Amino acid sequence: MTGTTITNGSDKPLLEASKLTKIFGTLKACDEINLAIGTGEIHSLLGENGAGKSTLVKMLFGALQPTSGDIAWKGQKVTVTNPAMGRSLGIGMVFQHFSLFDALTAAENIALSLDERTPLDTIATRAREIGQAYGLPVDPEALVGDLSVGERQRIEIIRCLLQNPDLIILDEPTSVLTPQEADLLFVTLERLRSEGKSILYISHRLEEVRRLCDRATVLRHGKVVGQCDPRSQTAASLARMMVGNDIHVIDRHPAEAAASTQAALLEVRGLSQKPRGPFSVSLHDINLSVRAGEILGIAGVAGNGQGELFEAISGEVLQERPDIIRIRGTDAGRIGISGRRKLGAAFVPEERLGHGAVPDMSLTNNLLLSRHSTDRKVFLTGGALRLVAERSLALATSRIVTQMDVRKSAENPDASALSGGNLQKFLIGRELDRNPSVMIVNQPTWGVDAGAAAHIRQALVDLARSGSAVIVISQDLDELFDISDRIAAMVHGHLSESVPIEAMNRERVGLMMGGVDHSIAPENAGTI
Amino acid sequence: MRIEIVKRPQHSALFSALSPFIALFLTLIAGAILFSILGKNPVSALYSYFIEPLTEVWSIHELLVKAAPLILIAVGLSVCFLSNNWNIGAEGQLIAGGIAGSILPVMFPDMQGWYVLPVMLLLGMAGGMAYATIPAFLKVRFNTNEILTSLMLVYVAQLFLDWLVRGPWRNPQGYNFPETVQFNASAILPEISSASGRAHWGFILALIAALLVWFMLSRTLNGYEIKVLGRSSRAGRFAGFSAGRLTFFAFLISGALAGLAGIAEVSGAVGQLRTSISPGYGFTAIIVAFLGRLNPLGIIAAGLVLALSYLGGEAAQISLGISEKSARIFQGIILFFVLASDTLIYYRIRIVSRAGDAVAKGA
Amino acid sequence: MTMFEAILLTIATAATPLLIAALGELVVERSGVLNLGVEGMMVMGAVAGFAIAQTTGSAWLGMIAAILAGAAFSLLFGFLTLTLVTNQVATGLALTLLGLGASAMIGESFVGLPGVKMEALNIPVLTDLPYVGKFLFGQDPIFYISILLTIGVVWFLFKTRAGLTLRAVGDNHTSAHSLGVPVVRIRYLAVLFGGACAGLAGGQLSLVYVPQWVENMTAGRGWIALALVVFASWRPWRILAGAYLFGAVSIGQLHAQALGIGIPSQFMSSLPYLATIIVLVLISRNKRLTLMNTPTSLGKPFVPDR
Repeated sequence: MTGTTITNGSDKPLLEASKLTKIFGTLKACDEINLAIGTGEIHSLLGENGAGKSTLVKMLFGALQPTSGDIAWKGQKVTVTNPAMGRSLGIGMVFQHFSLFDALTAAENIALSLDERTPLDTIATRAREIGQAYGLPVDPEALVGDLSVGERQRIEIIRCLLQNPDLIILDEPTSVLTPQEADLLFVTLERLRSEGKSILYISHRLEEVRRLCDRATVLRHGKVVGQCDPRSQTAASLARMMVGNDIHVIDRHPAEAAASTQAALLEVRGLSQKPRGPFSVSLHDINLSVRAGEILGIAGVAGNGQGELFEAISGEVLQERPDIIRIRGTDAGRIGISGRRKLGAAFVPEERLGHGAVPDMSLTNNLLLSRHSTDRKVFLTGGALRLVAERSLALATSRIVTQMDVRKSAENPDASALSGGNLQKFLIGRELDRNPSVMIVNQPTWGVDAGAAAHIRQALVDLARSGSAVIVISQDLDELFDISDRIAAMVHGHLSESVPIEAMNRERVGLMMGGVDHSIAPENAGTI
Repeated sequence: MRIEIVKRPQHSALFSALSPFIALFLTLIAGAILFSILGKNPVSALYSYFIEPLTEVWSIHELLVKAAPLILIAVGLSVCFLSNNWNIGAEGQLIAGGIAGSILPVMFPDMQGWYVLPVMLLLGMAGGMAYATIPAFLKVRFNTNEILTSLMLVYVAQLFLDWLVRGPWRNPQGYNFPETVQFNASAILPEISSASGRAHWGFILALIAALLVWFMLSRTLNGYEIKVLGRSSRAGRFAGFSAGRLTFFAFLISGALAGLAGIAEVSGAVGQLRTSISPGYGFTAIIVAFLGRLNPLGIIAAGLVLALSYLGGEAAQISLGISEKSARIFQGIILFFVLASDTLIYYRIRIVSRAGDAVAKGA
Repeated sequence: MTMFEAILLTIATAATPLLIAALGELVVERSGVLNLGVEGMMVMGAVAGFAIAQTTGSAWLGMIAAILAGAAFSLLFGFLTLTLVTNQVATGLALTLLGLGASAMIGESFVGLPGVKMEALNIPVLTDLPYVGKFLFGQDPIFYISILLTIGVVWFLFKTRAGLTLRAVGDNHTSAHSLGVPVVRIRYLAVLFGGACAGLAGGQLSLVYVPQWVENMTAGRGWIALALVVFASWRPWRILAGAYLFGAVSIGQLHAQALGIGIPSQFMSSLPYLATIIVLVLISRNKRLTLMNTPTSLGKPFVPDR
């Protein structure tokens, strides 16, 4: 797979990387990567989390310096020392985690990436023009912190287009969009291609790559493992290239008969909440209930109130009345998180470091984080002195590590020393270890490699099937379709009614996430 | 040439242990340079600064007298700093403790008996606690920055003390000096070994406080809670810990210990209340806390080192004619080096030569 | 000169150091750095300014020395917090402790010596205008510099590209870095500016306000300047208002003491400190508003990936 440059008609590739390598400490994030992008093509960079895609494009754009290897731009060898130089060459970048500034306006955000000193008024006008031309409406005066994720992405794209680049790099652009919003984005991208622009499209979503892209380069563990025309491939064959031979299928064995008839283990009734921070979302009359044996999936684009819902159910934020949250028949709305855990509930938040775990504390210490009140007989001794029982903690930690196949480099490392996937396995295992009857997980496999993700999903299904009620909040529709029994969607702090998985399809969930499906309407809530 | 730092995957246990020593070593070097600039022989200057005070029994007693308040306060501050509560008003809490503890001997000088001293110490702690409650309350209730409020309260306490000893509490027979009556014998904190020197029971109290707080921090769920909330308030909330309650707890403990330091100083080292009962112990204790790596056992050692710098300053003034204020420069420099050395615990430091940089920029 | 005019003038003189130091710190905090060492840099400025002016006889040379001393001292803070990524709160405290100690030692031989006072302007006709003449045209040069500085900071932060970049760095240093903004360099420059301002404010104290050297002569003004930045919600015009409010409180209590209204002088002297606390409480009560105004990356460490 080395050095075969395919140039889509023209004689020279627009950009050609040869033997590009990046080493972080002992990790080879990119290992002698060869990549050629032709003029006027949409080139896909495929690979699962941790395959080295982001590192590679950061080197192309100048945000990272390669350890070795060369980049040629329009046939000339170049050293891209910083992003400003990348921009001046004609490379534009739309980041996955947007590089926007909440406290600044859209126009100011755009101004920051333009190297020439253009007055803000001019920028605002040009942003409006470009927005209109490409179907990307924005308000240049709006504060970015107040905008939705989709609007923020438009600003990123307009910012990029204003520099009139020859090559546009998009990093996982659809991960934050509803399927319908993604369709609109594809129209924009196809139009750009027709104008002769090249696009490097980074994704792990196979269907959209097959639909949109002319060529694909596949990365695995920092190496190029294949180059192909995605349209001549099936999703399955692309997936095999991406993850190797170990494709994981989730076993959704049926729930035990008793489970489906049982009463709800977790109920939320009329949960409304005002925004708590400057850029946080309010919740509007949310109702849901989950029975033993089932997984309720909650879909939604980031920033629609999922985090707020999680904190309301976990008890990190208390409700006005006790009966708003019921856990196993007990009114829990005024009970704190430790009390809710004692009722049998368990929680895994989205942010692993700094919410679910303390980064510079060891695994045993992080085990105690969510277990000190539920398992105080095991982990605390000395009566009122409440001494920490290090030995019991170490035992339980090694039990979880074995159970969840957590790979670690030291006996008892800091949480921050684990990879995202291994830490998430540990955090999920920490809760599973006490057999919770109610479990709520926010973005269980965000940034987690495929093997760990499959392990986590299977563990969640098994937990539900053993008679627990599980809520999975996720932006990843594939994941929700894989494991949920019912799916609801969140938009603007509203939660739709849930729809059984059998009656659900991607288009419908997309409409629900966009807030256009009738089942979103808050008026008829309370009927789940 | 440029300095780059790279985060270590795992914090370095080696440098956690070494960093205070690296800092002290660097401070000695900086001191030697400073003395050379002042035209003194650096070796003899450092000798009179850091060795000479340790060669006589009475001066070791003086060392303990000065170390006692530093250790007491710094132990309390370690709880604050570990829990991310930036109490820098310990000097004010020390004064409040000194005042509250002096109520009995100043206003009721006729009261004498075994009970006077314990009541004084308790009142001193209560005074420090009460004064520390103000910034804690303002932080928890109104979200007010505790650094600024606790510091402003230092000035207020100093002015209040000034008024007290010049006004209502002034010794009527004291020739108009701004000081109260001399405490009677039952209000004086006894000396540990009066035959050999002035060291009083304040130092023993400091050791006890350090051991108790060390035990709490390293062995109990309370200590765990302090460390969790200090490192990540969000993870602390997820654990079910209350940041507000801990803020009160931390300020109350450090207020109590600073107050105890205050009354121990007044009753043990001075014997009366004056306008200036502390040469800035409340601030120097911040340095002690960091040099001790916020570990109460380390703080005992760090307190002795900083106390030595006070004595060294005095000794250097007498034997070398260097201002005793040089001690404060030493103290400031130590803190800088401690903070800089702590970087090694979490980061690797690389020095990138300009030449390599130029190559990267060439092409 | 009427009593009213005199009071107005002294208020301006008392407010000027607060204004200058707070403006400097505002720029520092807008770049995302919290430098609690204002008091230390200010007192170094005061002692350096006094010492150089006393030795050379030139108040202007003293003032330049004050600025350089503050800037040099801030560089120490910058090296620790920006290059070595130390805790900003602790490092700021260290700067203050070192500054107070070092200035006490440097200034020891200057205690009690007569200082060099920077002369006030005297423009014929204009300075003699009734009511406003003295205030507008008869003050010391630092007063005019402080007003120009306020305008300059407003213009810089909100009208220039560099100001926009600085605000962006303070809002989100990770995004700024990924756009290729030199985060650390910008913060160094901001810290240097803050140090220069604090030094100038200190020089104003020892060369204009009370032309002499007294140990700890800043008396918490550096901390009040820090409080002013919070009070002003990180907006320069509000700092101007806040500084004059505090100037008025401290001058007011002096006049009240002079009038002998029967309240012990120590209580009157604590008014500026108590006022700081009260103002901070009032402004920070609304947590949401405070969060909205605070630069998002304020005080957070930044290590660029390379």
